[in-house]
Formats: sequence, structure tokens, C-alpha cells
Amino acid sequence: MAVRVQAEPFDPGAELNSFTARVEEAGAVVSFSGIVRDVAGGLKVMEIEHYPGMTEAALTEIEAEATKRWQLVDSLVIHRHGRLSVGEVIMMVATASPHRGDAFEAAEFLMDFLKSRAPFWKREETGEGTNWVVARDDDEAALDQW
Amino acid sequence: MDILYFAWVRERIGLPKEQVETGAATVAELVDELKAREERYAVAFSDLSALRVAVDQKLTDFDAPIDGAREVAFFPPMTGG
Repeated sequence: MAVRVQAEPFDPGAELNSFTARVEEAGAVVSFSGIVRDVAGGLKVMEIEHYPGMTEAALTEIEAEATKRWQLVDSLVIHRHGRLSVGEVIMMVATASPHRGDAFEAAEFLMDFLKSRAPFWKREETGEGTNWVVARDDDEAALDQW
Repeated sequence: MDILYFAWVRERIGLPKEQVETGAATVAELVDELKAREERYAVAFSDLSALRVAVDQKLTDFDAPIDGAREVAFFPPMTGG
């Protein structure tokens, strides 16, 4: 299990390769990457604020919960903070399991909880000003399925 | 006790962190004390359903006790991922 919260960019392909290389006993690896997208048009910068200390603790707790629920050989969560441009990778999760079902479900669980229970806040800067991204009811509702 | 503010709560109150002396037993009592201080606090805390709170870096509720807590943080619902 590993959690990294960082301002620096990372290469999700290289991270996935090194993750896969160290989980030899896993038969299945699933990964997800989140990328800054310009939904409404005009997005210049996506700024991600977080709560140092609590962020790492919350992610570690979410990862530990996933490890309790599914048979995981290993998992990885990387999340950036600071100023990001459209197309940049914000975060990734990867899960390794003997079985693909566990790897898929655990990855989705990590994503759902990371979105609504890890202390990150997104602010969009456009030519017209800045606005805080509002949490979606769907994201909160997604937690109920678990 | 350290009080931390994040995202638009930080912007509305105008600072990321401050130290307060409080006799409040719960988060809700602390919020009432803060609201009574100045208009900017009253505005930031006007709708608690739009806010989340963490005590010593653990997400909790507004009726949670804060006796002995080192740190209380207020912020909007999280938008990670």
C-alpha cells in the first residue's frame, strides 16, 4: 500500500509499470488516471487545495478499508495538488489482486471515497474569474453502494 | 486550539489558520462563538449544511465534542479525484 500527495507532475505510465513489476504474485492489475478537463470551455488553470496531514491520513484509511474488503496484493494512490493545466494528470489509483473482479471493484471503491472523503478542493480559473468546483450529489450517492 | 479554514471558507474568513481560546464543548458551540465575533464569520457559517468539519484531522459532525482537541478544520464538501 502506498499513498503519495505531491505538487510535482508524475508519469502514470511509468508508475503503472513499476507498480506492476513489484506485484509478481498478482494476476490482475487495474489502474485509473484522472485528467484535468475543460468542461464548460475557457478553463485556464485547475488549482487543487488540500489539507496536509489529513489528506495522507484519509487516503491511507481508505486504502486500508479497501484492503480489508478485497483480496489485494498491493495498491497505489497518487494525487497532485497546486496549479494544473488542461490535459495534466491529477491523480491515479492502481490495484493488484489475484483476481480481476477484486482489482476492478477495489479501484472503483478507492476512487469513490477519494472523491468525497479525502480533503481536496478544486478551483477553476477561467478568463472570467475563479470558482470553486461544487461537490456533486451523485458523488456522495456513489458511496452508498459500498 | 488551532482553527483551520480551507477553500471558500478560507477566502470568506480571510485567513487559513488562527489560534483561539475557547470554552466550547462541541463544534457547534465553537461555531456559535466564531459567528458572534464578526460579520465575516457569520457569513461563512450561515449554512452549516454546506460545510464539513474535521477534529484532529478526522471527519466528524457538528455535535462532536472538542474537549482536548488540538485542531478543528472547516471546509466545503470535498472535490478530489
